[in-house]
Parts: sequence; C-alpha cells; structure tokens
Amino acid sequence: MHDITVVDLSRWQFALTALYHFLFVPLTLGLSFLLAAMETVYVTTGKPIYREITQFWGKLFLINFALGVATGLTMEFEFGTNWSFYSSFVGDIFGAPLAIEGLMAFFLEATFIGMMVFGWDRLKRGQHLAVTYMVALGSNLSALWILIANSFMQAPEGASFNPTTMRMELGSLTQLIFSHDAQAKFVHTSIAGYVTGAIFVAGVSAWYLLQRRHVELARRSFRMAVLFGVLATAGVITLGDALGFIGGQAQPTKLAAMEGLWKSEPAPMPFNLIAFPSQQEQLNRGQVQVPYALSLLVTHSLDGTVPGVDQLEQAAAARIRDGIPAVSALQALSAHPGDPAALAQFRSHQKDLGYGFLVQRYAADVSKATDEQIATAARDTIPQVAPIFWSFRAMVAMGLAMLAFFVLAVIYSMRNNVEHKRWFLKIAVWMIPVPFLACETGWLVAELGRQPWTVYGMLPTWMSASTHSVGYMVFSLIGFVALYTAFIIAEMYLMVRAIRKGPDEPHASGDGRLINDRSQAARVAGYAEG
Amino acid sequence: MELYAVLQITWWLLLGVLLIGLAVMVGMDMGVGTILRYVGRTDLERRVALNIIGPHWEGNQVWFVLGGGAVFAAFPLIYATAFSGFYVVMLLLLWSMIMRPLGFEYRSKLPSAAWRGTWDWALFVSGLVPMVVFGAAFGNLFHGAPFHFSWNLTSTYTGSFLGLLNPFAILCGLLSAALSVFMGAATVMNGAVDAIHERARTLARLSAALAIVLFAIGGIWVRGMQGFVLTSSPAPGIAQTPLQQAVSLVDGAWFGNFHAHPLLWIVPMLGFAGMLLGLLAAGARRSHLAWWLGAVAWLGVIGTAGVALFPFLLPSSSMPAQSLTVWNASSSQLTLTWMVGFAAVFVPLVVWYTSWAFYVMRGKVKAEHVAADEHAY
Repeated sequence: MHDITVVDLSRWQFALTALYHFLFVPLTLGLSFLLAAMETVYVTTGKPIYREITQFWGKLFLINFALGVATGLTMEFEFGTNWSFYSSFVGDIFGAPLAIEGLMAFFLEATFIGMMVFGWDRLKRGQHLAVTYMVALGSNLSALWILIANSFMQAPEGASFNPTTMRMELGSLTQLIFSHDAQAKFVHTSIAGYVTGAIFVAGVSAWYLLQRRHVELARRSFRMAVLFGVLATAGVITLGDALGFIGGQAQPTKLAAMEGLWKSEPAPMPFNLIAFPSQQEQLNRGQVQVPYALSLLVTHSLDGTVPGVDQLEQAAAARIRDGIPAVSALQALSAHPGDPAALAQFRSHQKDLGYGFLVQRYAADVSKATDEQIATAARDTIPQVAPIFWSFRAMVAMGLAMLAFFVLAVIYSMRNNVEHKRWFLKIAVWMIPVPFLACETGWLVAELGRQPWTVYGMLPTWMSASTHSVGYMVFSLIGFVALYTAFIIAEMYLMVRAIRKGPDEPHASGDGRLINDRSQAARVAGYAEG
Repeated sequence: MELYAVLQITWWLLLGVLLIGLAVMVGMDMGVGTILRYVGRTDLERRVALNIIGPHWEGNQVWFVLGGGAVFAAFPLIYATAFSGFYVVMLLLLWSMIMRPLGFEYRSKLPSAAWRGTWDWALFVSGLVPMVVFGAAFGNLFHGAPFHFSWNLTSTYTGSFLGLLNPFAILCGLLSAALSVFMGAATVMNGAVDAIHERARTLARLSAALAIVLFAIGGIWVRGMQGFVLTSSPAPGIAQTPLQQAVSLVDGAWFGNFHAHPLLWIVPMLGFAGMLLGLLAAGARRSHLAWWLGAVAWLGVIGTAGVALFPFLLPSSSMPAQSLTVWNASSSQLTLTWMVGFAAVFVPLVVWYTSWAFYVMRGKVKAEHVAADEHAY
C-alpha cells in the first residue's frame, strides 16, 4: 500500500526537478533557431559581424545548454526511480516516445553541438551552417517527442488496458503521435521557447545599447530577435487558445479549475477575471466577472457551456461506482488468469477502471467502499483550483505583455530609433525573466490541472509512485535541492559574467566601449567583403 | 517460434548493443574524467585531455540517455523495478552524472585555480562513480535483488543500500571502472603527444592487466554461485506477468547456457582477447587499435553476462518465482515492432554522423592550440 506522504514528496520532487529543467529548455529551443537564423545571414551576406553575433550568442547558448542537458538526465530516470508503478503501467506506450526522442532527436542535437562549438575552423561555412540547423532541428524534435509523451498523460489516446498483462498497451502509434493535444501542445510549447529566446536576445542587446557598448552587434541582434519574437508571441497566443479549446474538452476538470467554475451556469457564461477561490467551500470570493466572455473563450460561441465543479463531481461519483466492479474483476483475474466470469465483468466496466482505482486509496477492498469514501474520491477529481486559476491568469497576462512589448519593439527598431528610447530599453532588460515565468506557470496549469491523475482518467497519482520510505524521499529531496542550488549559482554567475564581458571583438578595447566608430569600420569591411 | 518471441529476443540483443554502446562511448569519456588528474599535471595538460573528448562527450552521453529510454520502452517492468529498487544507487549515479556536463562546460570559463580544481574533482567523481555503479548493477543481477510484486504488479523492494555493495558487485564495479579507464587512456593516447601520451599508456597497460584478472576471478566466482533456473512458465512469446512462473536455484546454473551451447564460449573468449591484445597494442603505442580492442573487450564482458543470465533480466532473491525475464518483462508486440523499426533506421544513422564528427575532429590536440582557441574547454 502506498504511503501518501511518500506520494506527496515524490510529487514535490518531480515538480521541482521538472520546473528547474524547464528553466533551461525554452531558451535552448528558441536560441538554437535564432543562432541558425543569425548564421544564415552570415553565410548569405558574408558580413563578419554576423559571424561575431552567432558566436557570441552561441557562447551564452552553451552555458544554458549544459544545465539543460544535466537536469534532463534526471527527468529520464525519475519516472523509474520515483514513479515505478506509473512506469510499468504505461511504459509500453510512454517509453516509446522517450526512446525515440533519444534516437532521433537528442543524438542529433548533442552530436552536432560539438561540431558547432569546435568546428568553426574545420568546417566550410555551408557545412557549419548545416550543423547549426541540425542542432536546432534536434532540440525541436526532442521537444516534439517529449510533448507527445506528455500528451498521453493529458489525453490518453491510442492505448487500452490489457487484463492479461495488467497494464496499458499501445493500440496505435500514429494515434498517439497525432493526438490533437500533442499537436497543439508541441506548437504552443516550442513557440513559447522561441519567445523566450527572442526576449533573452532582445533584453541583453538592450542592455548593451543602454551601456553604449557593442552597439552594432546589439542593434542587429535586437532587430532579428524582435521580428522573430513578434511572430512567435502571436503564435503562442493562438495555439494557447487552441490548446485551451482541445484541453477543455479532454479535461473538463482542469478547465473548471482554470476558470474557477464551481457551479454550472447557463449560456452565455461570464468569465472570472479576478477571483479568490476557496477549495473547502467550493466558491469564489471577491470575483470580478466579464459577462459572456467565458462562453466565447472556451467554446468560441455565445451559446456554448462547460460543466462546473458541481456537475463534474456528480459525474465522477457515477464513474467511480461503475469502476469498482472493474477493479474487483481485475483482482480476480490476477489470482486466476483468464477466468471467464471475471473477464466478462471486467470488460463491461473497463472504461471506468481508473475511477475504481481512485476510491481504492480509501478502501483497499473496493467492493466494500462506503458512500462517504466514494464522495471523497469524487471530490479528489477536482484539482487545486486557486493555484491553477492564478497560474493561468499570470501566464496569459505575461503573454499579452510580451506581445505588446514586441509590437512596440518592432516599430521602434524599424524606425531605427530604439537606441534613443532609453525607457523602452530599460523595459526590455526587465522583460528577460518574464518568458521564463510564463513557461513555469504554463507547466503548473498543465500538470497541476491534470491532478489527481498521472494518466487522465486512467491512472491516479496516488498509485503511480514508487513504494519508497519517507527517509529515502527526504534524502533525495535534500540532495536535489543542494546540488541544483549550487548549479544555478554557478550558471547565473557565468551567464552574467559572459554578458558583462560581451563578445570578443577583434578591434575592441578592453571594456568594449567606444565601439561605435569601430563597428562602423567593421560594417564597411563587411560590405566590401559581401 | 512465435513472432512475439523473436521480437523479444531481438530487443534483448538490441539492449545488449545499446549497453555496449553506452559502455564504450560514455565509458571512454568517464575514463578520461577518472584519469584526468593523473595524465594532466598542469592545467594546460588537463585541458588538452579534456579537449580530446571535448567535441564528442555530449553526443556520447546520449548512449546513456538512450539506454534508459530503451529499457523503458522495451522492458518497462525492468525500468520500473530496477530503477526504483536501486534508488540510492541510481541517485548516486545520477548526481555524479549531472556534474559532468557542467564540468566540461564551466571548468575553463574562469581562470581561478580553485574553481578549476573543484571541477577536476567533479569530473573524477563523475567518471569513476557511474562506471562502478554500472558494473555493480550487473553484479547484483547474478545474486538477484530483493523485490516482489503485489496483485497489480506494484513492486516493493525490501533490500538496503549496503546490500547492493556486496563483494561480487564490487568486483564487477571495479572491472567496469578498469575497462573505462582503459578506453579513456587509449583515447588520450590517441589525441595527445609526449608526456600526456606516456602517462596514458602506463594507465592503459595497468588497467587492461587489472581487467583480465578481475574478469577471470569473476568467472570462477560465478561458477560457484547459485544460479536461477526457470522451471515452469507460460511459453515464450505468450503475453504474461511475473506472477505465473516457478523458479529454482541451482549451483553453477549461470553456466547452463554455455554448457548447452558450447559455441557461446566465444563470447567470454572475445572479452579476454580484447583485453589481452589491447594491453599489447597499448604497449606498442597502437592507440587506435587498442581503442577498438577495448570495445571488443566490452562486447565480450557484457555479452558474457547477458548469455549467462538469459532468459533472466532481473532475478528476485526474495521471491525467485517473481523474477523478471525477457518473456515477462517486455513491452507488447506492437511496441517492440515499432521500436525495432525506429532502431533499424536511426541507429545506423547515428553511427554514420558520429563517425563523421570523429573524422572532422581527427588528429592530435596540441597544448598551444588549446591555449589559443577561444572555443576550447
């Protein structure tokens, strides 16, 4: 039997290590494409300044990449070490995209990154450019396969439970890969990475412009980044809307939590702009509503409705009652494989097996589950509303703020007067943490909103964890916190130092100031060469 | 034979290929980390050693990631049971491994001697510890691990961390570390000249000699050990769980497959031949050849363990009847089929572009180049 403290500690550990890993991934995704774009300009125009630009951002890319790789190793192993029942229960499906990710994507990215760093003098220009594209392709394919795996947890498709082997098994790989959730989530998340890369480059460039250092490099980098960024941000918001639409149908409980929707209401439903949800009392305090807006946002029509917590709990209770005979039958099948009566009973209740597991948390013998236990299990199907509600609003607000920033940035950059808008450059520097926070809150909405399931509707979180002792979990948590804290300090220190030092400009004086004239010269040289 | 059984054996072989790939490619980088402080006396010498594998360690490390992913996809019950059961050991492996990327990337970014010295030690730990754990994990397979399953296949591990550090496991851990030092030394010999080359040569010869002795002792030890025998189970190729079989323990049973198929003796012979000829090749300064012979030695060593254990993958010492085998721990036929397809396309592709990368970066790494190159580690 599972110790719930161990399950909770395992959740904390997974969340912390995943959120930490996800600090580095988006920047890798975005910066790898920006590097490819910068180098493309270098190769097509032949201007040396673009080689300098590519190499400088490449240096920052690597500092970030090292920690992304290191913390990614943890994720690859954590399913087995801490979620062993999850791993054996859905490994037949979930393991495949992870293995394919290694084979198809991570090998590509990691092998060519060595060439990208060390190959400048050994490869022809075109070859090196191809290598940089392979790195970008590899990191994005990597995200694709990981998000396909994640989407299986969110909206399991292409798989079914096999009572002979007591686990879920793959029914169709194409269905798994082309699930709507996977497609929308991949595009939404990878483009969020592009936004992160764009803000990072724009912010650091703005800092140089404020300091009047490396002006030529900064001006050009800024323009490329904001053009890339405005398109990417528009894409993130569009795909986020699509994901909300798809995800809302697949996971009505997550949608109800995101919107703080305790009571089902007739169309057109109002949108809770601000609210302070209370899980205990199942109501919102101090809410500010926008009439009609929820129906429009989540159903894209004025007469659409989505169920509230009240209806969802009732539906869950019914499914739990239907799932109880499925669990009992499965227990009989484990003792007597192939028993026809048990198999028949299982088949007729199979679709609610996961709901039967939910109540097993409170009643080891599910056939004796009381009404009260069933009601408690039904209540469990509603995730923590307040953190999801606020994470979602924070993410959207940050997304809109970044869109506004990029639109202004493009306008100023095109008018060539961004250097004179010092207030705007200061904002650009302060924008740097925003996309990282937006990505983190996005993760929280997606994964907190999935609770109490690891695989939505199929496998409850409480069953998924490994059967460790509390002592083991405390040990590993302390170890991760200590190591990861040391790592982030080293990373931030090197990153800030590399940014302060700036690019190695062949003609630059020590601190790189007064670079204007010289970069002017470099530009002339560049034109001459091109 | 059932198609499913053919696929299961194919994946058992592919797992072997991936583990050998892991041992060879990651093992050589870890070997370099382990011997870094010995082959490089000055900071510049250490940077030379690091830059020999600098362009490749990142790609090589993916063999490790892929090893985890492939076990997950092809034998999920092994991934779930072993990784959770060996919790503390897996964490040591992981924590030492995740220091490595930073060791490479961050070490030479600051001039401070204390900073660089710290990362050199980190690279030593992250080279030695994972290889010892890797070997010790294999060693524990021969004894079995104390785990059992509930009715729904929730696994519970009842052993302790120290139980995993039994003498035979330590022997296997040392063998694994010795082979990785050999590969690391051959790699350094290949890419360095003069003093660094000479020190690496000394270590290559020492580690190969040590590996021969350890492998021989291991063989004799296993002969006297109790092995596991599957006495009844659903036929191979039929979907099954580990709750449906009977297993007995028999003295010397791990030699059963060799006695039944004497041709299999070639596998341990390959191991010995690789180490012995590798020792000679290192002595003759044929570092490239020594590297390839080291790879053959890994093939022989991992192959020997695999053949001895077959069809077991992870025997249970506390509940032998619930031991995990190729037949009861694998994925479904559909998943195995898809994964064979992906492996058939992508493994050759990976080998092809990895070879290209090594070809581009061929040649010796000179101290003056490292000192002048702003991209160097």
